[in-house]
Amino acid sequence: MIADFQLPIADWHWNGTGWEFPKKVPYRPIGNRQLEIGNNKMSASTVNIPPQFEVVDRPLDTQMTISMGPQHPSTHGVLRLELVLDGETVVKAKPDIGYLHTGMEKLFEYKKYQQGIVITDRMDYLNPLGNNLAYVMAVEKLLSLEIPERAQTIRVLTCELQRIASHLVWLGTHALDIGAMSVFFYCFREREKILNLIEAASGGRLTPSYFRIGGLMMDLPPGFERRTKQFLDGFLQSVDEFHTLLTGNRIFQKRTQGVGIISAEDAIDWGLSGPSLRGSGVALDIRRANPYTGYENYDFEVPTEQDCDVWARYLVRMREMKESHRIVTQALARLKPGPVKADAPKVVLPDREAMKRHMDALIHHFLIVAEGFDVPAGEFYMPIEASKGELGVYVKSDGGPKPARVHFRGPSFVNLSALPAMSEGAMIADIVAIIGSLDIVLGEIDR
Amino acid sequence: MTTGSDNEQELSAQPSNAVQDPITPSQLVTALQREHPDWITEVREALGEVTAIVPREQIQAVCAYLKTAPESRFDFLADLCGVDRGVEEEPRFEVNYHLFSTTKYHRLRLKVLLNEESPRVSTVTDIWRTANWHERETFDLLGVVFEGHPDLRRILLPDDWQGHALRKDFPLRGYEPYSLK
Repeated sequence: MIADFQLPIADWHWNGTGWEFPKKVPYRPIGNRQLEIGNNKMSASTVNIPPQFEVVDRPLDTQMTISMGPQHPSTHGVLRLELVLDGETVVKAKPDIGYLHTGMEKLFEYKKYQQGIVITDRMDYLNPLGNNLAYVMAVEKLLSLEIPERAQTIRVLTCELQRIASHLVWLGTHALDIGAMSVFFYCFREREKILNLIEAASGGRLTPSYFRIGGLMMDLPPGFERRTKQFLDGFLQSVDEFHTLLTGNRIFQKRTQGVGIISAEDAIDWGLSGPSLRGSGVALDIRRANPYTGYENYDFEVPTEQDCDVWARYLVRMREMKESHRIVTQALARLKPGPVKADAPKVVLPDREAMKRHMDALIHHFLIVAEGFDVPAGEFYMPIEASKGELGVYVKSDGGPKPARVHFRGPSFVNLSALPAMSEGAMIADIVAIIGSLDIVLGEIDR
Repeated sequence: MTTGSDNEQELSAQPSNAVQDPITPSQLVTALQREHPDWITEVREALGEVTAIVPREQIQAVCAYLKTAPESRFDFLADLCGVDRGVEEEPRFEVNYHLFSTTKYHRLRLKVLLNEESPRVSTVTDIWRTANWHERETFDLLGVVFEGHPDLRRILLPDDWQGHALRKDFPLRGYEPYSLK
């Protein structure tokens, strides 16, 4: 009874003698669609559904669009992916971001320079000290401040500890996404030790705000070096433990080798940086290329892998943890007593004791807190090697106590933009592995 | 610096000399300005950074040249960000391109100044694909239109958002609670 139904015109075709509707009736209604006829709900399979009610996924009948996230656990936050699938193969992947957008860059323009530090903590919340460092160094550059040796060494030391902590979260969640549960617990056991160290130094575990414009919030507490040594002594063994859990695992290898391939040229073109770029064989590390905070004085390697896949990025990060361990060891050996704040009374808050004795220290303290300090007009782009790649902070000042513009070039943001290039043509289960290998943090992407 | 092959020969013959004489971004930009006076209107150097101000019509040509020329090789677009200089400023907007070379490790900033009436500039997505999201973000937050961009949609804010949130005349707390609309 074709005449009873309005059929889509496009489905009619000329068979030589007359117009005919295709014999192959479109199939596959979405889900377990139920037709409501009156009050009786009948299952779709028992009712002869008129064709115009059937949903056909254009253009191939086999493609369908699904929305992965924003609550999907393997998207590491609130990332939504619009995936066009052909069977299980991803034809098209479209990341949709902005669910965590809080207008941080706008907020910077309404806060004094020193108040901006706490905002940076909340961007890449797995690597807050790196964010602190990039922002603080950009402002220090505009102010032309000299940072004392001890403060620089402590910055390197804590930043490398933070890099290990960030990589540990990556490792745990990446393995968890792929199905290896126990790695997560081992990683978080080690990370806990680092967070305890950072808490001892700064008072904060996730949001330390330890670096201030002109130096550090305060010196390291007594016993910090001993506790760091304790951590370092056991850490290399823990890395070997992670290797025994994952590296020889055949399932893990099959899930990661040859997946999410991006060539070196493509990776550079897409702006990938950090371990994701080094997994494609490009030995680029900002700590080497444009050294900052005295990284040129440390002896470390820049690990690269040639395979360009998830496995290569995994190996790069595993090796990086050992390199960071080396840098921390060197920084510990280098720690010498000295000031941790620059000699700039108009910028750096005075010591509590000095405020009780000196009138000018009290005045400076009041002025810095109440009015802030003026930063000479100018602009600066400060790139650092954060745990996920190049973190660039662009600060523009028009001469007042508040910045005119602060822009964060988050490595996660740029690395995620390359996700379609890596994942199109892969299986849907591989998407999970690829996202894990990029090590994204949505707090930094959405800002 | 001569052509690529000559340069390689020089490197193999006198490695110490070649290392001592790398061309700096400021020399590069001034040479480029001499060669193409219409490409670069001004060169600024401050705090160890070089900024070249480029007319908006020329940005694609300049970027394409800097990416491929053997002495510059800026193959990595590190960052692209827009700035609102203030409501009363003229030109009001600027777009900064932070270039980086993965082989020579030098950096350069290109700056395009845009009027409030027509904040439009050509896209550089066909030169560096990474510019795609950066340009979308700049469009979303500042309203700078990148002509020729393959997919110029909002990226951080919802599609039906009114206005551009990073402009100086957009209030910090917005006009009204978004959820009440």
